[in-house]
Amino acid sequence: MFENITVTSDKIHLFIRKKVADGFNYLLDITAVDYTEYSTPQKEDFAIIYILRHENFKQHLVIKTYLHQLIIDSISYIFKGANWLEREVYDQYGVIFTNHPNLRRILNHREFIGHPLQKSYPITKGQFLHEVDDLIDEMNNRLLSKDVVCKLDNGYFSECNKDLMFLNLGPSHPASHGTIRTFVALDGETIECAVSEIGYLHRGFEKSCENHTYSQIIPYTDRLNYCSAISNNIAFVKTIEEMLGVQITKRAEAIRVMLLELSRIEDHLVCLAAVLVDMGALTNYWYMYNPREDIYDVLSKLTGARLTNSYMRVGGMAHDLYSGFEEDLQKVIEKIEYGVEQTLSLIKHNRIFHDRTQNVGIISQEDALSYAMTGPNLRATGVSFDMRKDTPYYGYEKYEFDVIVGSVGDVYDRIMVRFGEIDESIKIINQVMQTLPQGEINIKDASIVLPKKEAVYTTIEGAMNQFKLTYEGIKVPLGEHYSSLEATNGELGFFIVSDGSGTPYKVKVKAPSFTSMSAYPQMIEGAQLADAILTLGSLNIIAGEMDR
Amino acid sequence: MELNLPSLPLETAITTKLDEAIGWARESSLWPMIFGTACCAIEFMSVASSKYDISRFGAEVVRFSPRQADLLIVAGTVTYKQGPILKQIYEQMSEPKWVVSMGACACSGGFYDNYTTMQGIDQIIPVDLYVGGCPPRPEALLDALLSLQHDLRTNKYNPQRHKNFKGSLDNV
Ligand code: SF4
Repeated sequence: MFENITVTSDKIHLFIRKKVADGFNYLLDITAVDYTEYSTPQKEDFAIIYILRHENFKQHLVIKTYLHQLIIDSISYIFKGANWLEREVYDQYGVIFTNHPNLRRILNHREFIGHPLQKSYPITKGQFLHEVDDLIDEMNNRLLSKDVVCKLDNGYFSECNKDLMFLNLGPSHPASHGTIRTFVALDGETIECAVSEIGYLHRGFEKSCENHTYSQIIPYTDRLNYCSAISNNIAFVKTIEEMLGVQITKRAEAIRVMLLELSRIEDHLVCLAAVLVDMGALTNYWYMYNPREDIYDVLSKLTGARLTNSYMRVGGMAHDLYSGFEEDLQKVIEKIEYGVEQTLSLIKHNRIFHDRTQNVGIISQEDALSYAMTGPNLRATGVSFDMRKDTPYYGYEKYEFDVIVGSVGDVYDRIMVRFGEIDESIKIINQVMQTLPQGEINIKDASIVLPKKEAVYTTIEGAMNQFKLTYEGIKVPLGEHYSSLEATNGELGFFIVSDGSGTPYKVKVKAPSFTSMSAYPQMIEGAQLADAILTLGSLNIIAGEMDR
Repeated sequence: MELNLPSLPLETAITTKLDEAIGWARESSLWPMIFGTACCAIEFMSVASSKYDISRFGAEVVRFSPRQADLLIVAGTVTYKQGPILKQIYEQMSEPKWVVSMGACACSGGFYDNYTTMQGIDQIIPVDLYVGGCPPRPEALLDALLSLQHDLRTNKYNPQRHKNFKGSLDNV
């Protein structure tokens, strides 16, 4: 259930506070829309969008406020997660958030001029960066706010009673899992303060959507969370299908559920393998990574690609399962079970593993919600929010499975929740395969689904239809829509504005890794350096999805 | 030069050219440094793990310190924000060194033709081998490695080959 509301910008804070009091206290996303080239004139050229979720996790709310000037009050004092989200809006759209504690660019580099998601910014206008940000002033502010240093009269800083050493973790660091940079102030081995810099893999997904048709965007979505590409495909086409008001076939639903779960396993396997390697437990890597290769084999047989599958289409999918898929899948599942079992036998009762992970990198339930963490990272703190249960789609309510939750919110819980989820996903896959409905996989609508190849090559209607759909794209009705599903890392959402053409006017991804990462600096402050590495690994930050 | 001769009698001398002896030694002792940024880096994980197993070709000692490596594999999208970092890593590697650009993004920007993605790493550092694909299959990267090794053995690489390279970040 959701509603769209428009509020004037001077009332927005009162309104949001009221909504928070009503229970909408979980911030999903903040973004902006530049309406200057929109097909129907709007009240103002810019609007800010807030997306909130109710504490029962069943409803969400999209709030829109038009901006007369590019300036609005920050809500980072209500939600901790708003800090980074607002920085992104500032960076991409140039909206100034007054009273924001640290309003600086986040995705684009420091020498960047302009705001790329404004319609007036040319899509291909690149700008070189010559010198990396040293992050010193951000660090100083952080140190000052935590009273680790004091400011002297002459403007210099003094380390009160500590001997600090500054160190960069990343961006090119074996344990940074991609290019993520964290700048830490160390006192001995203890991290006094940390600031993270992201955006190294910001590759302009959202802007690139604005000059591609809906179908052309599907391959781009693969590369958001490239460890589980198919779930991004599904989240995207699901949003489009809801905007078109179409219902996919029962068989397509079931296949999507099965592939969502298979991707979840695929992703968890890499995350767990990597976090164990960070710990020095290399053996497990081979147990976990080899079944992943087997998943690749099945997926490449099914979709033609190992990693970047692009298997989904609006209205269904590229083609049906191949004959013999079920047997292949069964074999893979056996191998996954074997890999998981072997790994668990090595770590489950392993004292070193327990000591390294328990009570390390803790985040409390309250903070996790305030930072808008989601998925396994949130469930590890004990919150049982899982969209598959709370807002079921594709018939998830038919399948029997448990939501795995932790209790402490430490590295151990995050790892064990993922192990548990692999088992649950296998349960779901087995149920799907037993009850897989027969029938078509694509809906019958010539304005959405490409015609069969025989028709394209033999009839003029088929050829025309193929040409028009490819060239002009699927015409999505005018409107704005947010939709999401439970991807591997949690709620993965798309907010799409359509102007009625075959190309989206605006696309925004609500990326679970982004909000998880925003909590990271706080999580490692006070911890040991070696624990910071494990904490990062256990959050499963995927740079492609975080930076987009 | 062929070393798998039937057993050599004791006190045999082999004559060869110094360059060839060095080339032979280098061939199987490449130490790669992986600059992995995105999806292609996940495929590199496959190259390194047991199924594809890069160690079969003597290049498994993956380093994360440029000082200890002589083969830079750039796997993934490089954005303008990463430019100075990649350049610094390249410069920190000591000679002789080789660069493999893995994947469409590193080679040309791939399908990210937009404001933030560098349109190929050869805008800032010289590249010796380009591997196409999005991502390239593990076999493709292994093929690049084999071809590099072949060229090392046959002394194809002139140490001066990039002397006149001037990248977009070099004039500052
Ligand atoms: S070439 Fe393709 S797979 Fe490789 S990093 Fe670029 S988008 Fe990802």
